[in-house]
Amino acid sequence: MYPYELTIGQALEKLNSKELSSRELTLSCLDRIADIDGHIKAFISVNRDYALAMADKADAAKGDERGVLCGIPVSIKDLLCTKGIATTCGSKILENFIPPYSATVVDRLEQEGAVILGKTSMDEFAMGSTSETCAFKVPENPWRRGYVAGGSSGGSAASVAACECLASLGSDTGGSIRQPASLCGVVGMKPTYGRVSRYGLVAYASSLDQVGPFSRDVRDCALMMNVIAGYDTKDSTSVQRAKPDYTQSLITGMKGVKIGIPKEYFGAGLDPEVEAVVRKGAALLQEAGAEIVDVSLPHTDYCVAVYYLIAPAEASSNLARYDGVLYGYRDMTAESLIDMYKESRSAGFGAEVKRRILLGTYALSSGYYDAYYKKASQVRTIITNDFKKAFELCDVLISPVAPSPAWKFGEKGDDPLEMYLSDIFSISANLAGIPGISVPGGFSREGLPIGIQLQGPHFKEEVLFRVAYNIEKSAGVSDKRPVL
Amino acid sequence: MKITREEVEHVANLARLNLNRQELVKMTEQLDNLLSYVAKLDELDTKDIKPTTHAFSISNAFRDDTVQDSLTQKEALANCPKQNGECFIVPRII
Repeated sequence: MYPYELTIGQALEKLNSKELSSRELTLSCLDRIADIDGHIKAFISVNRDYALAMADKADAAKGDERGVLCGIPVSIKDLLCTKGIATTCGSKILENFIPPYSATVVDRLEQEGAVILGKTSMDEFAMGSTSETCAFKVPENPWRRGYVAGGSSGGSAASVAACECLASLGSDTGGSIRQPASLCGVVGMKPTYGRVSRYGLVAYASSLDQVGPFSRDVRDCALMMNVIAGYDTKDSTSVQRAKPDYTQSLITGMKGVKIGIPKEYFGAGLDPEVEAVVRKGAALLQEAGAEIVDVSLPHTDYCVAVYYLIAPAEASSNLARYDGVLYGYRDMTAESLIDMYKESRSAGFGAEVKRRILLGTYALSSGYYDAYYKKASQVRTIITNDFKKAFELCDVLISPVAPSPAWKFGEKGDDPLEMYLSDIFSISANLAGIPGISVPGGFSREGLPIGIQLQGPHFKEEVLFRVAYNIEKSAGVSDKRPVL
Repeated sequence: MKITREEVEHVANLARLNLNRQELVKMTEQLDNLLSYVAKLDELDTKDIKPTTHAFSISNAFRDDTVQDSLTQKEALANCPKQNGECFIVPRII
């Protein structure tokens, strides 16, 4: 076994016993990146010197100086600010942006000794479901040439699946952690809204965005959450609440846990192979002692419409800041200020970002606000109430993450609506602010990974970890790696 | 038609985006398609439903008013496409 193949848990044992140094582990990952990232394209930038300096610092740390991730190489989605290291958001408009500060989650990882290898490819401003809207590099699914890694955090998911790093941080606004995790066969969690600080996360839709981890097993995901979760004075929407040790939730056996199957998630349009994996997951949990109940989320069919009004509306406001004045791309030929705004934005943004800005501007504009934005916000309340009612009957919902395994590049290119509809199972968690996790459940006949989604009530990440841990133990797929 | 070409042009101006003719035609078609889809929300009666703007509404998220380090002028200007060491420089406004 090569060092880059280790889980965080395995690597920590070797690092702490001095069997392995962080420099060796980091070099192993850097070499792996040099070998395979030419075709995986998970990284927009790799910072070799910085990573090795951090690794040496980790190797020199003693006793209390050793953080809980001391010496562990990770990657970071390129929309989390890293002080002194370019943060592009996958957009030409931020191609040369060097943040003067780091995101709180990045600071927390570094305080605990993690080694940041580089920044991962993603859909431009996290707007997309395949990472194909990235202005620089489009990541490929490590399990099959020519297939998408998912999105928007496709590079983060691919980097963990391809063993280029041990874990990663991404962001999830409508499924952007869980969906690529499912398509790439890794664990990915979207925490409760407010559980993790958004300070230093380049904003897309502020009421939906949440930072979360990718890892190769459930325990590693819990370790990452232990580091990144918690209140931050710099994010006024982060919630002041005690933070549990999530690794304590990794309990074998499901006695006393009620698993709900939302019937609306198993209708037309769901790939039968995906359905089979999720149903098998539920059966395994039942064997482990869980009680299975049928529940209903009657307004599921409205989620995509609500999301594609609220998210673009918030985006149109958030992205108004890219005007060429303070940072980012500026058209230097424009003679008036208004022309400078227009030329800079028109050249800097890609088509999907423009589409969402226009849709959002329209939905918020005079005369249309009530019909679109307000209406969507009201239906958001109805959708949230559906979840509250469902969680009166069960502890966790089990469902697909995405309607199908990974698909070919370009397959859903021309029709934005077709792409948006593929988010149907993941966006409701963001609308309701609840936590969700994707855990590997099986493979399609073609050998593509299929994830199982678990969703729980606000701040009940512990029960998601417990259920995911039991699926991982019984499904028997967590140690499978793509052959590269 | 949910949205006309003229309306898309108007919205693009509000959003400070230029669209060439080809983009305008394609964008109008795509936005029309999306707006037709989201019209399904009209099936639901939302008369007495309060809108949700945040999963948790936290009001008055105050912190202590203490002096902390902030960016220096040099750091704040470092990413500016055109500056003179003191100010952000933009094309003449008046």
